[in-house]
Amino acid sequence: MSTTAILFWFLSALALLSATMVLISKNPVHSILWLIIVFFAISGHYILLNAQFIAIVNLIVYAGAIMVLFLFVVMLMNLNSDSEPQKNNRLRLAGTIAGGCLMLIMIDVVRSASEVQNATAMVREGNIGLIKTLGKVLFVDYVVPFEITSVLFLSAMIGAVVIGKKD
Amino acid sequence: MPITYYITLAIVLFCIGVVGVLTRRNAIIIFMCIELMLNAVNLLLVAFSKMHNGKALATNPTSLAGIDGQLFVFFIMVVAAAEVCVGLSIIVMMYRNTHSVDVNFLNRLKN
Repeated sequence: MSTTAILFWFLSALALLSATMVLISKNPVHSILWLIIVFFAISGHYILLNAQFIAIVNLIVYAGAIMVLFLFVVMLMNLNSDSEPQKNNRLRLAGTIAGGCLMLIMIDVVRSASEVQNATAMVREGNIGLIKTLGKVLFVDYVVPFEITSVLFLSAMIGAVVIGKKD
Repeated sequence: MPITYYITLAIVLFCIGVVGVLTRRNAIIIFMCIELMLNAVNLLLVAFSKMHNGKALATNPTSLAGIDGQLFVFFIMVVAAAEVCVGLSIIVMMYRNTHSVDVNFLNRLKN
């Protein structure tokens, strides 16, 4: 087994285990911390795929900014005690079965497609994940979506202020 | 790595997010499960971009095929950040009105 394969299985197991812990931990702060571990594992996958820019942006934006925002909100509301009042076990079982069925169907359908049967994701080759190549394409071919993104951010910022202010 | 491994991993992560949205009642945890689903899709997009790039590299060593996938990931992250910004302020407002983040309190529109 090569180093790449070992790293792949380790990161996959870490991501799946932490994602399950996000679901089953009672305390919202613990869920957030487990979700940060999921993001680190996914960033490791990106580095393994030689997508270095996406990996570092994932760390900065998700694990850095978004999760800190979640932590702020949870601590602002003083939710760190167990605050899941409703215990409807039948609903929980139904949700789990529905999700499991969705997973089985999707895995079976997608894996039997002929396009992906013998395809591999090139792990080391290619330099499309580097910031130089990505930047050239982003500011030449995708410059209009990039500018629209700034408008989106401005409207999201205004929306957050309008919704969040005391009336 | 075979692309089917990445597909399976992304689908399992996505379905863990779906189960979380269906079973948990805490609005913040539901929101975090949505982030988990977005990340599963991002991982799959990057894996597919490397798959197409690998196929094109055989003929042209400086090929940029598949780079769109990674740019889509970039834009998905931007949209997710904007979504979190608005969604968390909605949750804060809901907490201010009902003193709870249980989504079962939000069934007032039912009748």
